[in-house]
Amino acid sequence: MSVIPGVVAINTFREAVRDRVLYNLIFFALMMIGAAILVGQISIGIERMVIINLGLSAISIFGIIMAIFIGVGLVYKEMEKRTLYSLLSKPIRRWEFLVGKFAGLLLTLVVNTALMTLGLGAALYFVSRKFERGDATILVAVYFILLELALVTALALFFSCFTSPMLSTLYTLGIYVAGVFAPGILSVSQFTSNWELGAITRFIYYVLPNFHNFGVIAAAAHGDAVPFTLIWHNTLYALLYVILILVASAAVFSGRNLK
Amino acid sequence: MSKRGQNKSHTRAVLLALVAVPALFALCAGLQMRIDADTFAMYQDKDELLLRSGALLKKLSLGYEPLLADVYWTRAVQYYGVRARKPGATYEQLWPLLDITTTLDPKLMIAYRFGAVFLSERPPTGPGKADLAVELVKRGIAENPDEWRLYEDLGFLYSIHLKDYKKAAEAYLEGSKNPNAQIWMKVMAARVAETGNELETSRLIWVGVYSSTKDEMVRRTAVQHINSLDAALGLKRLNKSSEEYWRKFGRFPASIQELRDAGLVGGTLEDPAGFPYVMGPNGVPQLDPHSPIVLESDQGAGELR
Amino acid sequence: MANPAIEIERLTKDYPVGFWRKKMRRSLDHLSLRVEEGESFGFLGPNGAGKTTTMKMLMGLIFPTSGTARVRGRSINEVRMHREIGYMPEQPYFYDYLTARELLGYFARFFGFNAAERKERVARFLSLVGLAAAADVQLRKFSKGMLQRVGIAQAILHDPQVIFLDEPMSGLDPVGRREVRDIILDLKKQGRTIFFSTHILSDAEMLCDRVAVLLDGKLRGVGSPGEIVSMEVQGMESLFEVGKQHTLPANIAARAKNIGNRYRIEVAEQELYAVLDQLRGCEGRILSVAPLRPSLEDYFFNLVGRQKTQVPAAEVGVR
Repeated sequence: MSVIPGVVAINTFREAVRDRVLYNLIFFALMMIGAAILVGQISIGIERMVIINLGLSAISIFGIIMAIFIGVGLVYKEMEKRTLYSLLSKPIRRWEFLVGKFAGLLLTLVVNTALMTLGLGAALYFVSRKFERGDATILVAVYFILLELALVTALALFFSCFTSPMLSTLYTLGIYVAGVFAPGILSVSQFTSNWELGAITRFIYYVLPNFHNFGVIAAAAHGDAVPFTLIWHNTLYALLYVILILVASAAVFSGRNLK
Repeated sequence: MSKRGQNKSHTRAVLLALVAVPALFALCAGLQMRIDADTFAMYQDKDELLLRSGALLKKLSLGYEPLLADVYWTRAVQYYGVRARKPGATYEQLWPLLDITTTLDPKLMIAYRFGAVFLSERPPTGPGKADLAVELVKRGIAENPDEWRLYEDLGFLYSIHLKDYKKAAEAYLEGSKNPNAQIWMKVMAARVAETGNELETSRLIWVGVYSSTKDEMVRRTAVQHINSLDAALGLKRLNKSSEEYWRKFGRFPASIQELRDAGLVGGTLEDPAGFPYVMGPNGVPQLDPHSPIVLESDQGAGELR
Repeated sequence: MANPAIEIERLTKDYPVGFWRKKMRRSLDHLSLRVEEGESFGFLGPNGAGKTTTMKMLMGLIFPTSGTARVRGRSINEVRMHREIGYMPEQPYFYDYLTARELLGYFARFFGFNAAERKERVARFLSLVGLAAAADVQLRKFSKGMLQRVGIAQAILHDPQVIFLDEPMSGLDPVGRREVRDIILDLKKQGRTIFFSTHILSDAEMLCDRVAVLLDGKLRGVGSPGEIVSMEVQGMESLFEVGKQHTLPANIAARAKNIGNRYRIEVAEQELYAVLDQLRGCEGRILSVAPLRPSLEDYFFNLVGRQKTQVPAAEVGVR
């Protein structure tokens, strides 16, 4: 397997790390977790639940923001700033470039999420001085958040190949929100008597990336176990869907004339 | 050397995409079905609402109340819909969801109707909270005094679930005062006052619910109740025939066939699901055990034994 | 016959223009060129002639409408071709959050050098282009001239056989230009093929074995700088001084131009000796005598001037 995507990935990671905007986001996320501790003090008896709920939600929201914020510029910026001119004259295939950018941003997100999760763990320990067995679900929830982020990153990258950051943000955000409400779309098909509408919504349901699949924050808050089959299926789902988006991105980008 | 410009890698990439993308979509759809099965199995009964207060949400919604109301309304419908198919489910969050929905948008009429029907449904098809349903509908009436149909819902609740026929009649009467109200509101008022506890009246009310809505879920529930009532009525008629038999022959019939042979009943004797009625001990007719119809607990045909 | 270093065959590029993008503007029209190994080849033309378009197509940044090109026998579609070439874009932009050393190190990784080799090469080429002192400064702080040098360094640090330079001298001060010229000459001495585009004719004259002239997307001429312009001597030029007490003969005074004591005159070859005799007569001091040949510049301006009076290149059909 070619090592070129890895080279691009490391450089993308380096760029993200040196982008000081990121640090503000992480700071805010950590602050949220701090706030969660405070809120936990107010609602006695369910401090752990509130901390886990708010903390995981914060990690998820900030991860999505980062994924979109950086993702929509991944390819666009390089085209606009013409840094691609010298890069593409090197022995690198266009798809290797795309995969590298994707991997670099994902790596950034993994590192950030890991740091924030440590913060959450610290907050949890601070409140209850111990970890419970059910807390393993928190790790599953974080893993699912990472799967979500991979999907969002891939989407942002795809749009970045051919449209401006502002439009890319709208499209990516739109698909994400639709994906969160996916079960609602399915229920339209289940409860309507209009056959065409039912067929269309069913189709949309299966084509849209379903972000609802990854929502186990409530389970983590209650310490309930997540079945292994779900972990396995979600992993496969995210993997296949990401590959799908990257293949489509490569198809679009490999034909693009740079200005 | 060819004349046409070549971009071989682009052509290759597009071909790959044309093949791989639909294939991957299909695989993902298959996975999605499996994931749906997984999440269904692990569905939380303790599904929490993080923000319970409708008033607080109203403040937080920054002017987007109707939109937020729609979101919560969708959640309420989904919440009920998913649980209705899962045995052993509870419906604790249904009232809070509807409460929030109608606080955010007091004019969302379908929410009141939905709540009236489904909050009052007894387990396993609902939380059995007719009192909360009444509270919901009364709020609806307070916010929408011109909507006479809400009085119909109120009458429905008092009559069917709370068995307070006096209040039911009052509700129908109050609703009938609206110049737009249909004439049968008055009819129902009288009917309920006189014969509120009778099966036929209940059936009439449910037929009213069915015909006044286009909502699939409500209609489905109404049909279920109507079928149940029809079965009960059928059993009641059979029970009467059973008693006649006893008067004639000094003993109870051992089977429906005996009633037939005695000329006391005729025609197809099936419940609305198509299952024939059967004779139980002491001449008490019953539903076929395979029949999907569920009689409501106060509709046994054996009141006279 | 050995493979040419660069072989361009009927390369064409059309761009859709207009609001509905229906009309096509042809920015390069069936360019065919052949550059041999070890040649230093100048690609000349005014701005908008299609030079950069050609380079970008060779690099795979944009795709031709029709036509092909090969470098060292490999089609421009092949990734492997890029191992053997170096490219310096017209206005180099690089990742401004990286230092010069980091950028070169990054690019070096694409060629499979091991860590030690990368380090050595990066250091070597940084000092070659005079950036050793600024090696660890972030590129966002670099001046244009410094960026230009980075551009050259990244183009050659992997020792490519064919080097493409798009306006390598632009933005440089005279010292910088001299250095770049020396680098190019050095690369030429090493036997590498150099293909560079420029609109600075004196550079082309000095550095190129051959040049091609591009105008409005069409190739106007290929050949050595000498071939492009007529070999015909058009006359002689003389610079001279005259002592203050003497006056110039009338015929000379009419045709000579001066600044202070110094005069310059252009005469036909047959007239030369007669004029020189006259100057001797008034004790003029001859500073120089040289044949007048039209320069590349003249050829160029003629070409452009002629073009300007013509109808601009027609829009090629309507889609």
